[in-house]
Amino acid sequence: MGIIEAILLTVITAATPLVLASLGELVTERSGVLNLGVEGMMVMGAVLAFAATQATGSPYIGILAGIACGALFSLLFGFLTLTLVANQVATGLALTILGLGVSGQIGEPYVGMSGIKLQPIVIPLLADIPFLGPLLFKQDLIFYLSIALVFGVNWFLFKSRAGLKLRAIGDSHGSAHALGIHVIRTRYLAVMFGGACAGLAGAQLSLVYTPQWVENMSAGRGWIALALVVFASWRPWRLLAGGYLFGAVSISQLHAQALGIGIPSQFLSALPYAATVIVLILISHNRRMTLINTPASLGKPFVPDR
Amino acid sequence: MKKIILALATSAAVLGFAAAASAQDKTKICFIYVGSKTDGGWTQAHDIGRQALQTEFGDKIETPFLENVPEGPDAERAIERMARSGCALVFTTSFGFMDATIKVAEKFPDVKFEHATGFKSAANVGTYNSRFYEGRYIQGLIAAKMSQKGVAGYIASFPIPEVVMGINAFVHGAQSINPDFKVKVIWANTWFDPGKEADAAKALIDQGVDILTQHTDTTAPMQVAAERGIKAFGQASDMIKAGPETQLTAIVDTWGAYYIKRTKDVLDGTWKPEPVWDGLKDGILTMAPYTNMPDDVKKLAEEAEAKIRSGELHPFTGPIKKQDGSDWLADGAVSDDGTLLGMNFYIAGVDDQLPK
Repeated sequence: MGIIEAILLTVITAATPLVLASLGELVTERSGVLNLGVEGMMVMGAVLAFAATQATGSPYIGILAGIACGALFSLLFGFLTLTLVANQVATGLALTILGLGVSGQIGEPYVGMSGIKLQPIVIPLLADIPFLGPLLFKQDLIFYLSIALVFGVNWFLFKSRAGLKLRAIGDSHGSAHALGIHVIRTRYLAVMFGGACAGLAGAQLSLVYTPQWVENMSAGRGWIALALVVFASWRPWRLLAGGYLFGAVSISQLHAQALGIGIPSQFLSALPYAATVIVLILISHNRRMTLINTPASLGKPFVPDR
Repeated sequence: MKKIILALATSAAVLGFAAAASAQDKTKICFIYVGSKTDGGWTQAHDIGRQALQTEFGDKIETPFLENVPEGPDAERAIERMARSGCALVFTTSFGFMDATIKVAEKFPDVKFEHATGFKSAANVGTYNSRFYEGRYIQGLIAAKMSQKGVAGYIASFPIPEVVMGINAFVHGAQSINPDFKVKVIWANTWFDPGKEADAAKALIDQGVDILTQHTDTTAPMQVAAERGIKAFGQASDMIKAGPETQLTAIVDTWGAYYIKRTKDVLDGTWKPEPVWDGLKDGILTMAPYTNMPDDVKKLAEEAEAKIRSGELHPFTGPIKKQDGSDWLADGAVSDDGTLLGMNFYIAGVDDQLPK
């Protein structure tokens, strides 16, 4: 295995949770809801996925548990912000803090246990392609899901009728409501999709990335996922590119350090963030594109007039 | 109305008296933790020490603790809360609590404080630390014997003297066996991020190291080493569970004996603030069992450990040159503690540039 291949394999593992969590948040935000609780939902998914895997011995049950846990946890956010019309920013922050605390409590007996790693699924024939085969077709289920979901979400948002409605709600919930679209119901579903994706990202952390449980193991990845959504200007393909760019820069800086080329490590550690900022500046140059893609009702409360 | 107020005041006084009485029965020894008590590393080691202390004195003491106290302004509030609650002695167990501890200590001259790994003291503030570098030196010896390629990977956290000292001790130990031994260093710039630590481990292994050591807090690097079939050293706690066939040994922080000793001093009224820097011989630091290595390497490690314990061997004994080629320690000279505690240079042979 060449060094480039080795680096790319590490990049894929590092980028997958970011892509998943931010993809879920992208759908949530496209419906006009800002959920800052990604970090909390992710870490809850991680602990439940780990616990379920330990209990059943099957990481696939773990994946399901992670997804279900993320979706259920996001329902709490949905109930508070959509039904009770609480402030979305404050509720999202509270969800993150709650998730970090509760997951620590649930996870206490699992600290220090060695986990069960989700094994790769080798796709016949394709896996034999030189270079690309081992990279793309000898991966675990969560990686395949992440790519499939990017395709799926892109199709859903821009090619399907339901996606059109969802985007309409995100742009102007008042008009959508007047047209008879179920604003609250759609937003609930979008919030739950976001939660499920964050939970799946969490499962990736505790089953693939580092098969173990430690408190606070998401270590800020939920926040990076949130930033990636803006970075991608709410477009799934850009999000995929952004996630992998971030992953690639983070991993390359580690290799640069190990090579001892003498660039200060603090500078290298800041590189992924710097790269993100630079791309953001380049993207936001086209103001019209940004305006078209930003959901206009993002973060605004909606109370149907009965 | 007056009656009610009087009744309230009386009951408050009685309650207050009762509280004071129970506080007198039990001495409160308090702990401030930077992380969660189940972090599997640094804070867990302190909590195991606290439990040992509680077991030792049983009913005579109480040992309340606060977890996940962030370093910075919040720390002061947390420490003050503890001091106000009637603690006799407060252990603040992270470097970043240093200034907060000193500030609170000024306000509570009757409460005694002990700050881990810091260097500021006062009339009622002592400091304590562990000579982790002794363990790192032994790890270096083992690494040089066990590595086929003569290259080890070192996952470091932040370029503070504590960590730099560890790298130097490791390198010096390894090069005393194999003068050409190389160490690749990655600064993770975090104490705690399993994903990033695992990525750093993968990067080092992909670049050809066949021994891994870490100065970060999670078992993620050990796990990666196990997966890739190389050997590794654990940090802060025994990490053998994460790599039963991988861990060579680990530096295990064993604060219990120290906490018991200092609590006894408080109970006897003989407590004095002093800068304590204990090592292997005092039992504040122990080596996890030497595993997954041939008997001759194990023997070498045990001999070195015995020599350090007896004081016969100091890991930083000259001749040692600095990385820039200038002399640091002459032949047979031993480093003083001050230089070690403020260490901001690499010794010759470290294949990295120290971040400034």
